[in-house]
Formats: sequence, C-alpha cells, structure tokens
Amino acid sequence: MKKWIKIAFDVALFVALAMAPYFLSSYHLSLLGRFLAMAILSLGISITWGKAGILSLGQGVFWGLGAYVLAMHLKLAALAPGDMPDFMMWSGLDHLPAWWNVFHNPLVALTGVIIVPTVTAGVMAWLVFNRRVSGVYFALLTQALALVFSTLLISEQAYTGGFNGLTDFNTILGHDIIDPGFQRAIYWITLLALAIAFILCRWILSTGFGKVLVAVRDGESRVRFLGYSPAAYKTVAFALAGALAGVSGGLYILHAGVISPAMVGVVPSIEMVIAVAVGGRSSLTGVVIGTLLVNFGKDAISSAIPELWQFVVGALFILVVTALPKGLVSLPNVFLRLKSMVFKPSKARALNSV
Amino acid sequence: MATPLLSVENVTVSFDGFNALDDMSLHLMPKSVRVLIGPNGAGKSTLLDAIIGHVSPTKGRVVFKGEDITRLDEYKIVRKGICRKFQAPGILESLSVADNLALAARHHRQCWRSFGRGLSSEVGSQVERVLGLIGLEEKRHSLAAQLSHGQKQWLEIGMVVASDAELLLLDEPAAGMSHDESTQTAELIRSLSTQHSILVIDHDMAFVEQLDAPVSVMHMGKMLREGTLEEIRNDPQIAAVYLGRAKEIPHA
Repeated sequence: MKKWIKIAFDVALFVALAMAPYFLSSYHLSLLGRFLAMAILSLGISITWGKAGILSLGQGVFWGLGAYVLAMHLKLAALAPGDMPDFMMWSGLDHLPAWWNVFHNPLVALTGVIIVPTVTAGVMAWLVFNRRVSGVYFALLTQALALVFSTLLISEQAYTGGFNGLTDFNTILGHDIIDPGFQRAIYWITLLALAIAFILCRWILSTGFGKVLVAVRDGESRVRFLGYSPAAYKTVAFALAGALAGVSGGLYILHAGVISPAMVGVVPSIEMVIAVAVGGRSSLTGVVIGTLLVNFGKDAISSAIPELWQFVVGALFILVVTALPKGLVSLPNVFLRLKSMVFKPSKARALNSV
Repeated sequence: MATPLLSVENVTVSFDGFNALDDMSLHLMPKSVRVLIGPNGAGKSTLLDAIIGHVSPTKGRVVFKGEDITRLDEYKIVRKGICRKFQAPGILESLSVADNLALAARHHRQCWRSFGRGLSSEVGSQVERVLGLIGLEEKRHSLAAQLSHGQKQWLEIGMVVASDAELLLLDEPAAGMSHDESTQTAELIRSLSTQHSILVIDHDMAFVEQLDAPVSVMHMGKMLREGTLEEIRNDPQIAAVYLGRAKEIPHA
C-alpha cells in the first residue's frame, strides 16, 4: 500500500513537470530545466552517499567534465569552418589542439559527455578504494580534486577559456539553441533523461548490487569476509554517479548557455551535497525534490539579496542535519509520529477498556 | 592417510617485533571439529586472522585444499570456501534478516554478476533452511538492527552456516549466551560437522565440553598441546599456564 502511494507520487510529480512548459514563462522554464538537470547528478549522490555511505565533495568535477565536453562541441559548432575559438587566438594559439578537434563530431561529443566523467570517476575510485581510503579522507580527497580541477581550468586559458569559461553556443545538431520551441524540446529531453536515470537508479538499488552497497555502508569488512570485494562495488557505484553527473552537466549548459570554472569548484560541489541532504539522501524522490527546492531558493534569495545566500545555505544545512537528518521526505513520518504523540488514540482507549 | 583440509605451516606473525604467532602449526581434517583454547593474548584470534588473510604472516604458509592461500586477498580466500564469525557481532544492520543470510549464501559474489535477479530468488531455499535452523523464521523481514543481542549472535552464526563454506571459523560463538542457548549452539556445531570442518575458539569450558571435540591449547603464539579435553585437564603444564586465571582453568 505504502509503496503504491510512493509510486503514485513519483508519477504525479513527473506529469506535473511534463506540463510545466504550458504554464511557466520561458525564464522560469529555463531555470526549472537547469534544476532538473542538476537532479540527475543528485541521483548519483543518493546512490554513493545515501546508500553506500561514500561522501564525495567533488561531484562538480565530473559534472564539469560532462559540461565542458559538450561545451567544446557547441563552441566548435558555432564557428565557421577553419575558424578557432576567439580565446585561443587571443592566447596566441595558431591551430586547434587535436583533443579539441575530436569533439567536433557530435556523436563523439555526446558519447564523451558520458564516457569521460565515467572513466575519470571509475579510475580514481579504483585507485583510492583499493588502497582502502574511505570516510573523511575520501571526502577531503575529492574536495581537493574539485579545487585542482577549477584551478587548472582557470590557469590553462588558451585551452579552456580560463576564468570566463565557454559560452556563445547557438546551434546543436543543426537546431537553433535559443529558439523558444527548441528550448521546450530541450526541457522535455532533460525531464526524460531524469526519468530514465530515476528508473535506472531504482532498478539498480533493487538488485543484489544495491543490497551489497547498503551492506558496505553498514560493515565494509563484514562484507569483505563474506567474499565480496567492497572496492569493486564502490568503484562501480562511483563511476555510475560520475556518469549521471556528466549527463547532468551536459544538459545543464543547454539551458544555461555557459560553463565556467566557478560552476565546478569546491563551493558548487558542496552545494550539490547540501541539496541532496535537504531532500533526504537515501530517497531518490527526496533528492529530486531537495535539488529543485534548494536551487529555486538560491535563485530567489540571491536575486533579492546576493550576500544572503551563503548564510541561508549554511543555516539550512545545520538545520537539516540536526533536526531532520533524513531530509524533507521524512516530514510525513515525523508529522504522523507527532500526531500520535499528541492524540495518543489507541493507548488511551486500551486503558479504558481494561 | 587423508590430506588435511587446512594446514597452517610454521606461521609467524609479528607486530613491531612482538610475535603474536610464533612458528605455529595446525592441521585440520575434512569434516572435523577442533576447539582452540588458551589464555588471553595466546594468539587464537590472530591465528584466524592469518588463515583468512586479515594479517600477513612474516614466515610460513597457509594451505587450503592443497592450495597456498597465504598471500591472497581476504575476499578471494573467502570465495575458496572459508567463512568466519567474528567475536563482536558483525551483522548488516540496515538489511533484513533474510537479506543478511542471502548475501552470505550467494554463490556469485563478483560485482558484475550482482545485477541479475534479486537477492533472495537465487538462494531462497538455503535462506529458508538456515532461518529454520537459527529459529528466526518470524523475523525474516525485520531489520537486523531490531534483533536482541542473542538473536544477532544467532544471525551471525546463521550467516556462516548459509555461506556453506567447507571451513567455518567461529570466534567465541557462545559469548553472551545463556546456558540453554550455548547448549543449542554446541548441538548445532556438532550437527554441522557432518558437512563442514569447524575451528572454534572459546573460553567457556562447559561449552567446550559439550562440543566433545579434540582440543588444541595455544600459549604465547605457539601450540602447547593437542589432545582430548580429558588429557588437557590432567596436564600439569597447562595448569601452570593458566595459573592465576582461576576462572579459565580447564578443570570442571
């Protein structure tokens, strides 16, 4: 029964989101599209952190890899044949680097959006987890990785566009990106990608793999002494989160029209984790809702009073961790428990009848 | 003469120059029970650690089913057919009782084979059998965290049984159990010996007596004596080792 309520809620949410283009202004639709793209990344955090207990403070890296790969393609697609991106010419490059040129092919670029972050996340995880680095040390390591990544992007201006990043995209697969009709199509594609990712994650968690992940969080060495290799399971989970982050990054820039190092560094990476914590890290529905709410909150607050957001997000995190550790999705249960505490229906009656 | 299932051959394990195991040897035949006793710090748990690959011996080797397993990763050793119950209950608290057993019972433990059918369908009958054995049928859907201490002990014994490993290593299986419960545990271990080889560590002499199996006494990382419980009890050297530990003296 309870399971059906949850599924009905998920379906209702999906239908409501699918109708959004008919009700929202193009500005708000673009925001919602971005945040739905972010929700794909959040699903990955839900699997690694919520289920397997692996806290990564560097998901911005894998998100950024997906975003930059697609941005490189869009940048090249916007140029006349034989031209080079403007920032390269300003930096004195005389020809397009080969590793840029491969992404001229849209098929390579779209595959790269998934493959590059997945392989990066997988290789990194395999090296780290096989050395049995975990917990706080892993979180610090991933945070350092986010710092290195954004610093590298800024310093290699000739190849990355530096601090300003990549922008001025106008066409993808022959479609005009800023055309309102195509913006709607991109919105639905994003929503569809989120739905597919959601169902994929739900299925993965229902398999033996999902059970082993939860078991690894409970007792990594116990799992090892049952004949499972925790490093292998954690690596696959982390690579999956990397893939979702990459797809998320790629879809995001189709809505935002820009990618820059400030969007992939330490602070955005931590905000991604906070959004997941607010929604409820071990619930897939919860992390989607949390991501939407936190990001809309961020937009509303920072467009009114820009300095305030940092304090609000900090306070929000403290509030959720202390008062609602299972996130917003646990509110109905908390409410039911409060109600039964206040009204005490069954107990009082039982006493009277004795 | 039959070949042993497990041979620990002259194994030395050093921690910062201290030999927790010192030229230790032990042979275990298929389908036999062996009880390992000795004062605290004698190296009993370290011996289990060395067998299952948790610590690396500085000298000597461990041979299981004719294969040298000394340098293998822990999880690969387990896949060869050795399963261990730890001293502190190591159950998986956010999984149900049935899922705990199913994880232990699975034959395919490689990551890439874990995406197939659900956990329980593959090993359902094995899980049912063990649930009956440990008396937790009614708790199958409960989270392991909700079990009482005694039930957690049973669940962990159940996981070792469900693994169907040829060699079971039990580190104080009856710790914290009531008299009746430890009697049941002893019966269970004896019945398992028709299928498995079992190495049991315990301090409780009443429990050891119920196991009715050959006893090995360890002291200072070495094998001091092997024999029946009766022979051990009448050995003056063993009494000397236990001197000052009145509670653990193996006299009834």
